[in-house]
Amino acid sequence: MTKVLPPPPEAHAPEPAHAVGRRRVRRAPLRARLGKAGVAALAWAAAIVFFFPVLWMFVSGFKQEAQASTDPPTFLFRPTLDQFEAILGRDFAPFLLNSLMASVGSTLLVIVLATPAAYALSLAPIRRWKDSLFFFISTRMMPPVAIILPLYIIANNVGLLDNVTLLSLVYTAMNLPIAVWMIRSFLLEVPRETLEAARVDGATFGVEIRRIILPMIAPGLAATALICFIFAWNEFFFAVSLTSTRAATVPVFLTGFITSEGLFLARLSAAATMAALPVILAGWFAQKWLVRGLTLGAVK
Amino acid sequence: MTETVSPPAAHRRRGPGPAKLPAGERWRRRGPLLPGLLLVIVLTQLPMAATLYYSFQSRNLLRPEERAFAGFGNYAAVFGDGQFRGAVLNTVFLTAAVVILSMVLGIAFAVLLDQRFLGRSIVRTLLITPFLVMPAAAALMWKHAMFNPLFGILNWALSPFGVERVDWVSEHPMFSLVLMLTWQWTPFMMLIVLAGLQSQNTEIIEAAKMDGAGPIAVFGRITLPQLRPFIELATLLGSIFIVNTFDPIYLITQGGPGQATTNLPYFIYQRTFRAFEVGEAAAAGVIVVIGTIVIAVFALRLISSLFREGDQR
Repeated sequence: MTKVLPPPPEAHAPEPAHAVGRRRVRRAPLRARLGKAGVAALAWAAAIVFFFPVLWMFVSGFKQEAQASTDPPTFLFRPTLDQFEAILGRDFAPFLLNSLMASVGSTLLVIVLATPAAYALSLAPIRRWKDSLFFFISTRMMPPVAIILPLYIIANNVGLLDNVTLLSLVYTAMNLPIAVWMIRSFLLEVPRETLEAARVDGATFGVEIRRIILPMIAPGLAATALICFIFAWNEFFFAVSLTSTRAATVPVFLTGFITSEGLFLARLSAAATMAALPVILAGWFAQKWLVRGLTLGAVK
Repeated sequence: MTETVSPPAAHRRRGPGPAKLPAGERWRRRGPLLPGLLLVIVLTQLPMAATLYYSFQSRNLLRPEERAFAGFGNYAAVFGDGQFRGAVLNTVFLTAAVVILSMVLGIAFAVLLDQRFLGRSIVRTLLITPFLVMPAAAALMWKHAMFNPLFGILNWALSPFGVERVDWVSEHPMFSLVLMLTWQWTPFMMLIVLAGLQSQNTEIIEAAKMDGAGPIAVFGRITLPQLRPFIELATLLGSIFIVNTFDPIYLITQGGPGQATTNLPYFIYQRTFRAFEVGEAAAAGVIVVIGTIVIAVFALRLISSLFREGDQR
């Protein structure tokens, strides 16, 4: 600290205790400053430890196989794109496409279905509306394993097994409760006075929706869509149970890396990086609304 | 699931009750709700009803012609099955360990993030990332890059402390899963607790400080009680999701060695897709649902009370 700040001319005398004393008067007490530095150090240490596995995944993807599995770990190396090319050459594209269709498709459907439902449950409430609201939430708490078998049998009978459409529909049902609750929480933030003023001015129902409500909740809808996309993209259990060859998604592609034979850590890292990156970016972007999504709108 | 998990009775009377509207208006208001409701019912409630039906049937997909009503036979078989009981114990242990550890760390991190320091938003972003990484990708990275006995990061990081060449996944499978899942779920707990910290009343804290309360007294007597609903909510929701842990078990341990890490979801998955024992798998599924309902009732109560406060604000 003292290196950066040249001492003021009058403090040139070799009297360090005096300088410290002066500084103490001007700044916060030493204990508070130490406490603050301690907080920062602890928080940064925690962040580095928790982020390290993610960083390692990212870094290892740019290694040659021999550099990825060394003891001690290799930190300095010449980055290569070989592993990414190898993964993309291993028919990764269809899995990526299936993941995109299932998650984007279900997210769009969720928004289309959840927005009117949330409207019915907030601004123009129906009778027993809280029951419907709690019905939605209770379906989100249902263990997926409890319904997988009938879903499998029904899908098999109607020929929807190993089909992206089925996966999209399942993800829609999975995310709908979250979306209804989240969008409802955004709708409740639309000031009633604005709506009433519009009605006094003679705005019809359609105008009210298009000109007032939708623009006001648009950021909320975007946040909801991002949260739904995150859950759908990362979903593994339904994907691995209901798809096999044609409709398999990215997480299912990763199951090819379960066995630990041979040198393949760099390749796994490259695949994992590509699989995880879209959601990491979406999540960083949607950080502000993440809590609302995780607690179904109960916590803002 | 629906019948049992309805909101607390006291709650029903509240809210703007549009008591007697004409039928047309009622349907116009109800209409927007129906498509979503229908989809959710078809894809979650009907299969649930089917599971309930199967659980009373003696049926194996490999022998489709032999079908019969089994009464509570499947339930008796499941409860008499040592593997099922083992799976219940594993599920309870795994869930409790991960919820407690990630909650303790989550509270600690949230308290740190509630202070002002250099790079706070970067630290926050880095700390939530484990929750965002695709769980399947994270599980495989932990298995091969962190836990590997020869070149794993965990052994390398612990080598200064005299730990050598531990094969984490086969020697300490449950510990490995708890470690990986705690890493994954701490951000979830942290975010909810942090939201609680940031919504607390700072005036009370200032007043307490003026009266000479130290930081520990302030945290224990004021902050923690105010955080209670948030901690409860995070615990309940976290429990419901962690009970259903499947990805890391399928990808890291395959329920092994032996049955050491088989939890209920993985047990049911194996009964369904490896043994095709429809009846027993369904009975086990129903038991999991009943267990989940118990937790869910508490979660829903809490959500409804939080949400009542929110509506009043």
